[in-house]
Amino acid sequence: MELAFTPEERAFQADVRAWIDEAYTPDLRAKMAMSKTGYLDREGQITWQKRLHARGFIAPNWPEKYGGPGLTPTQKYILHMELSAAGTPSVVPMGVSMVAPVIMAFGNEAQKAQHLPPILSSDIWWCQGYSEPGAGSDLASLQMSAVRDGDEYVLNGSKIWTTLAQHADWIFCLVRTSREGKPQEGISFLVFPMDLPGISVRPLPTLDGPMEGEQEINQVFFEDVRVPIEASLIGEENKGWTYAKYLLQFERGNAYAPGLRNMLSKVRKIASREQIGDVPLIQDADFSRKLAEMEMRIEALNATELRIFSALSAGEAVGPESSMVKCAGSEAQQAITELALEAVGQAGHVFVRDSWAHLREGANADLPMPEYAVPVAPSYFNYRKTSIYAGSNEIQRNIMAKMVLGL
Amino acid sequence: MDFNFTEEQSMIRDSLARLIREQYDFETRRSVVESDAGWRPEMWAQFAELGLLMAPFSEEDGGLGGGAIDAMVVMEEFGKGLVVEPFVPSVVCGGGFLKHAGSVAQKEEYLAGIMSGEQIFAFAWAEPKGRYNYADLETTARKDGAGFVLNGHKAVVIGAPWASHFVVTARTAGDRRDRAGVSAFIVAKDAAGVTTRDYPTVDGRRASEVYFENVALSSEHLIGEVDGALSLVERVGDEATAALCAEACGAMGVAHAQTVEYSRTRKQFGVPIGKFQVLQHRMVDMFMEHEQSISMTYMATLKLDEPEIERKKAVSAAKVRIGQAGRLVGQQAVQIHGGMGMTEELAVGHYFKRITMVDSEFGNVDYHLKRYTDLCAAEMAVAAE
Repeated sequence: MELAFTPEERAFQADVRAWIDEAYTPDLRAKMAMSKTGYLDREGQITWQKRLHARGFIAPNWPEKYGGPGLTPTQKYILHMELSAAGTPSVVPMGVSMVAPVIMAFGNEAQKAQHLPPILSSDIWWCQGYSEPGAGSDLASLQMSAVRDGDEYVLNGSKIWTTLAQHADWIFCLVRTSREGKPQEGISFLVFPMDLPGISVRPLPTLDGPMEGEQEINQVFFEDVRVPIEASLIGEENKGWTYAKYLLQFERGNAYAPGLRNMLSKVRKIASREQIGDVPLIQDADFSRKLAEMEMRIEALNATELRIFSALSAGEAVGPESSMVKCAGSEAQQAITELALEAVGQAGHVFVRDSWAHLREGANADLPMPEYAVPVAPSYFNYRKTSIYAGSNEIQRNIMAKMVLGL
Repeated sequence: MDFNFTEEQSMIRDSLARLIREQYDFETRRSVVESDAGWRPEMWAQFAELGLLMAPFSEEDGGLGGGAIDAMVVMEEFGKGLVVEPFVPSVVCGGGFLKHAGSVAQKEEYLAGIMSGEQIFAFAWAEPKGRYNYADLETTARKDGAGFVLNGHKAVVIGAPWASHFVVTARTAGDRRDRAGVSAFIVAKDAAGVTTRDYPTVDGRRASEVYFENVALSSEHLIGEVDGALSLVERVGDEATAALCAEACGAMGVAHAQTVEYSRTRKQFGVPIGKFQVLQHRMVDMFMEHEQSISMTYMATLKLDEPEIERKKAVSAAKVRIGQAGRLVGQQAVQIHGGMGMTEELAVGHYFKRITMVDSEFGNVDYHLKRYTDLCAAEMAVAAE
């Protein structure tokens, strides 16, 4: 057993840090500090992702033949750790980490050539059409239909919880192409543009109180939308469930601990500015105890993630452990947003719909509360999502009960 | 970065696991812990024969060249088997003092005996009023010419009934809780003025109250610096804590596995109770707590040779998380076993007891949380300067 990185790995880490220092510019940092959701606006997000792309860091997991950087497992881990520790915006995952691996594995050559380059360069924004109003945790019961008509499918139905669909150029969808056999057997995986006639996007503002046009999730409606089968269908008809499950392993899997440390460091900063009696809150016995317990929770998860990573690097298969990391990681994220809400005290009451307004040039920067308090309550409300999305934590526990405990 | 065990470590694990499986089954253990002796010296001899007692010592010291990770491997298996023999008191604590601070003569006199199993050490640091503070000492060693005179009362000295020697902490200077003025001594149990009152512990081990009345010691009994042994005591204490964490992980793993197995066979309302989602999720939570306890134990163990603050934080973090995990795993293991979990006939309750008692050894959750927050505050103060 050995904790240390090799000299080469430390050199890579230093490179990554130096690059982040330069590329993650003050304007992006200021915006990110006021983000309610962990994302920037469309422009900021694309700016950041294009910088990552220019340095070869946008898609560390892609094979080199599709433009991946060819990093070792440890280098990938270091890259992710440093990006998270610096609090950089998450890369919108629907293109790079979700649809791209499916296209690589199951798409035809034309589809690969058409889609992979603009995903890598962030020129095409993707959204994910999985959940439906009647199909959440029980995803296989989805109903959106695709009916063959000549060389086209005609699509009808709706998708929900569609992240940042208002920005998306393309969507990948699970649709029902057959109602025979088991529900899993009649599902197909389609990709098509969002600007086709018959597609409409309805914002679903969440509890964080998003500003106009910046809602995180949406409902998308499809009314007699016609798409060409040849270009739209990934792999084989009615095999979509297999591809969807394949995708899931990319949806989860990154380490939570580095990002959690960054979140907790923000709480520490808040707690050193807030006063309680004559001392900063961070010196208060009760609050510092909570901070310490949170830090230990993060370190426990970190050590677990390192163990999993080490097993992965040694070539072992990792399965249901990702469910454990998802549960522990998402619940820790929520607990930290809760600590932050506690830390800001009454200042957390003030609602600022446009949390970026005071940053714009010539804006009135006079806020009725400390700036650090602006995104705190919205984030707390927003982060309730983490135990619900990507397979609710109850579903994750079901998976572990079955796969790990054999129940 | 690498979390894999060496071949030697895997071998230790496998051969120890086999030995425990073959000679340390639950019924045998029950009858042993209820016997007058409360342990099996012949088991200790077998552990020595397997090389366990010399595994964590350098080849220079006559050991097998291992370290804290080897001790961790041993203690996880001890936890799985609820082994009562005193590996932590003798090898980790006694051996730890000698390894870090023993003179050539002391190593010759004691370390070889610890490794062969012929000498057994116990660590007499706790006192009735000291709680978990190593420096809160009423025991004194008054300087007397070139030697010392030891007086005091040490509480709940684990393994003392089986020990040949003690490492005893005592105040040689300063006031009751001062960091300076603490010294450590090796004291033979049969030295004049040493008396013990032996008793069983609730989790099946043996311990003693140890009394020292005008015990005459020479400077050869001193281990570490006179008046300046606290850092050494803390270091050995941390190593013992990490080893206990490993023991708790082993015990938690078995308690959890037995619970899952029980839920598969116990039927109510016509189905195995393991089919109930509420119990499934609870057992998953136990699984996650256990896994993270293992991770924290690895971390703490790997950081035992880091600078003091980093070492202490890692050990405290592990002890806190394992204390919390132990509560959940132990209590729910009994709960899911229902009435059967309450009986002495089933092993699970015995695991519950051991897991529970680990928390109050070498500092409980509250103590280590406080130590951790104090260290964070100290770090911040340094950073601010």
